[in-house]
Amino acid sequence: MDTALRLCDIAPGDSCVVRELTTTGSMRRRLLDIGLVENTPVYCIGKSPGGDPAAYLICGAVIAIRATDAATVLVSR
Amino acid sequence: MGLTLHSTGAAALDSGLEIKKHAEGDLVIALAGNPNVGKSTVFNALTGMHQHTGNWPGKTVASVQGYARSDGQGFVLVDIPGTYSLMAHSAEEEVARNFICFGETDAVAVVCDATCLERNLNLVLQIIEISPRTVVCVNLMDEAKRKGISIDLKLLSDRLGVPVLGMVARRKKTLSALLATLDRVAKAPRKHTIKVEYDTIVEQSVAYVEKALAGRALRRLNARFLALKLLDADPSFLRELDGYLGNNFLNETLSAALVEAREMLSESGFDTETLRDSIVTSLSQTAKAVVSGAVTYRDDPREGIDRKLDRLLTGKWTAYPLMILLLAGVLFITVIGANYPSEWLSKLFSLLGMWMRSALLYISAPPWLIGLLMDGIYLVLTSVISVMLPPMAIFFPLFTFLEDVGYLPRIAYNLDRPFCRCRACGKQSLTMCMGFGCNAAGVVGCRIIDSPRERLLAILTNTFAPCNGRFPTFIVVLTVFFAGSAVGAGATLRVALLLTALIVLGVLVTFAATKLLSATLLSGTPSSFTLELPPYRPPQVGKILIRSIFDRTLFVLGRAAVVAAPAGAILYALANIKAGDMTLLAHAAAFLDPFGQFLGLDGSILLGFILGFPANEIVLPIVLMIYLCDGVMSDLGSVAEIGNILVANGWTTVTAICFLFFSLMHWPCSTTVLTVKKETGSWGWTAVAVILPTLFGIAACAFVNGVANLFAFV
Repeated sequence: MDTALRLCDIAPGDSCVVRELTTTGSMRRRLLDIGLVENTPVYCIGKSPGGDPAAYLICGAVIAIRATDAATVLVSR
Repeated sequence: MGLTLHSTGAAALDSGLEIKKHAEGDLVIALAGNPNVGKSTVFNALTGMHQHTGNWPGKTVASVQGYARSDGQGFVLVDIPGTYSLMAHSAEEEVARNFICFGETDAVAVVCDATCLERNLNLVLQIIEISPRTVVCVNLMDEAKRKGISIDLKLLSDRLGVPVLGMVARRKKTLSALLATLDRVAKAPRKHTIKVEYDTIVEQSVAYVEKALAGRALRRLNARFLALKLLDADPSFLRELDGYLGNNFLNETLSAALVEAREMLSESGFDTETLRDSIVTSLSQTAKAVVSGAVTYRDDPREGIDRKLDRLLTGKWTAYPLMILLLAGVLFITVIGANYPSEWLSKLFSLLGMWMRSALLYISAPPWLIGLLMDGIYLVLTSVISVMLPPMAIFFPLFTFLEDVGYLPRIAYNLDRPFCRCRACGKQSLTMCMGFGCNAAGVVGCRIIDSPRERLLAILTNTFAPCNGRFPTFIVVLTVFFAGSAVGAGATLRVALLLTALIVLGVLVTFAATKLLSATLLSGTPSSFTLELPPYRPPQVGKILIRSIFDRTLFVLGRAAVVAAPAGAILYALANIKAGDMTLLAHAAAFLDPFGQFLGLDGSILLGFILGFPANEIVLPIVLMIYLCDGVMSDLGSVAEIGNILVANGWTTVTAICFLFFSLMHWPCSTTVLTVKKETGSWGWTAVAVILPTLFGIAACAFVNGVANLFAFV
C-alpha cells in the first residue's frame, strides 16, 4: 500500500481509498462533509478543460475539487 | 438564474423570517436537506407556492415559509437553506442549524437524494440527534430506479428509527403520505431512534456532561446532543444557546463538568479539531452502516450516460466550443422567433393607440392630456412591451431548460480555471449566468460564494453580464446596423453570432475586471472550492414554460412597465416644457452632447442612459423619444422604423458599436445598485460597482471612437 499518494495524483479512470486529510480549518470540514473520511472509496471521473479542477465520484455524488485542495487528501490504491 | 418574485428586485432586499401561524394548533415543520435534492420542489408541491428551484448548491439563500393543510391540521412549512451538515461552517449552515435547534419546530422533514443516499444520511443523522421528530423523505426515487439503484425503505426506517418515505417530488401524489406522517411524528415522537456511536472516550465525556445536565430545563433540546455541542464549544452555537436557554444556563456545576470532560478528552489527545474530525468520521461510518445492504447498485455508477455526457460537455477539446455553440443556438432561436411577434405586437398597439386617441378626442379631452397619455405613457410603454416581450418569452424558457437539465454547474466547472487565474471562484460563472436574467438576482446569488473577497469580486463585476433588459436593445441595434444585405435566416444567423460575440466580450471583460480588482482593491489568493456536479435530469417541459413565463417573463416585464409608464410621462413633460426657445430635454441633451460625441455617441443617447437608470429596458425607447420629441411618431415597434429614426439622427456604424459597448458596460440599474448596497452593506463598494463598469464603458467607447476618427471610418 502506497500511502504517499495524493488525491490530485489520481488520473481520470482510476480509483483510490482515502487515508488521511492533511489540511485544517474550514476546508478540512468541507472535505469531511462531502464524505472524504478514512476508507471512503473515491473514483476520478475526469478533469475540467483547463486541467483543474477534477471531478470525483464520492459516496454516489460527483464533486469537483481543485488540485491544490486535492493535494491535501492522502489516498492509497 | 434564481429569478423569481422572491429573489428579484425589491423583494430581494428583505430576507427576515418570522413564523406566521394561521391557527394556534398549526404545526411548524422545517424542511431540511442537502443542496440540490429537490427540497424546493417538495416545498412548492405542498404549499402551492412558486419558490424557484435551481440545479446548483446554495440556491435557497434565505428561509422561506409556506402553508399547507391536511385532514384539518394546518402546517407552516419552512424551507431552510440546503446544507451538507449542521456544523455551521457557512452562513447557510448556521441558519439551518439555528432553525432546527432553536426554531421551536414541531417536526423536521429531511429531503434526501435517492441517488446518493449515503452522503445525505450525514445530515439525517445530525438532525435525528437534535430531534426524534424527524421524517426522512427519499426523493428522486424514479431517477434512482433508472440508474439501477434499489432502496429498501423499510430496512432504512428500522435502522434509523424514524419514518422513511420514498417519493418523486415532481409528481405531487407521491407526497400524499408526508403531511400525515409529519403530523403523527410531531405529536408522538418515536422512542428508539438511531444513536450514533462515537469514539469511546468521546462517549465517556459526553455521558459526563449529560449527567451534569440532568434536571435542567432544556426546552426542546435533548441532553445528549447538547452535551456534545457544549464539548464542541462552537462559539456561534453558544451564543444562540444563551438566547434560547437564558444567560445563566452555563452555571458552576455545568462549567466544572465541562472543564473535567475536556480534560478527559485532551488526555487522550483530543483537541477541538480532532474532536470534530472524530465526530464527523463517526457520522460517516454510521451512515455507511445504515445503507449497507439497504441500498444496492445494479450498474456501475462510474459508467453510464451521465459520464458520457460529462466527457463531451466538460471534455478538454469539446467543452468551450460546445458552450459557445449552445449560447449561439439559444440566441439564434431567440432572434428568429422574436422577429414576427414583435412586429405583430407593434402593429396591434398602433391600431389600439389610434382608437384610444379617437376615444379621447370624442370625449373632448384637453390636448395636453392626450399628449401625456398617448405620446408619453402609451408610446413608451407599448414600445417596451413589443420590443421586450417576444425575445424574453423565448430566451427565458431556453435558459431555464439548460438550468433544469443540470448544465449550469458544468459551466462553473469548465470556467473555474480561468476564474481561478483571476484569483476568483468558479461559482462566479453561475452568478454571471444569473446576471443574464437579471443583475439584481445575480448579485443576490453571489451568496453561494463563501469567501467574502471572492463574493465581492462577483458582486462588483456582475453588471458586465448583459441582463435580459439589454438583450432586446442589442438585437434591435445589431439587426439595424449589422445584418447587412443578408435577409431571412442568413441575417438572423449573423445577428445571433454577433450577439454571441458581444456576450463573450462581456465574459472576457468580467475576467479583466475581476483580475484588475484582485490585483488592486481586493487582493488575495483564491480560496478553496468544492462544487457538486448534480446528475443530468430530464427537463420538465411544462414546468419550465410555466415558471419562465409567469415567474420570470411577466415579472421582469411588469417591472419594466411600472418604470416605463412614469418615465414616459416625465419624458413627455420634459419634451414639452420649454425654457427659452428649447425644451428641457433638448437643453439637457445639448449640455451632454460634447461628452457624448467624445464617446462616439451623442447627448441624446447619453441622456437616454441617464434617464434609463431605473431600468435598462427603457434606454432605447427614451433615446428614440428624445429624437422624436418634436414630431409624433407613428410606429415605434418595428425594427425597420427604429432603424430609420436612428439613421436620420446621425447614427453610423461607429455610433452603433459605441452604443452597444456602453450598454454592455455602464452603471447598473437602480434595483441592482440597491441590491449591491444591501448585499455588501457598504456605500463604498456600491460606488465601486457603479464607477468600475462606467470607466470600462467610457474607455471602450472613447477608444473605438478615437480609432474610428483616426482612420476617418465614418
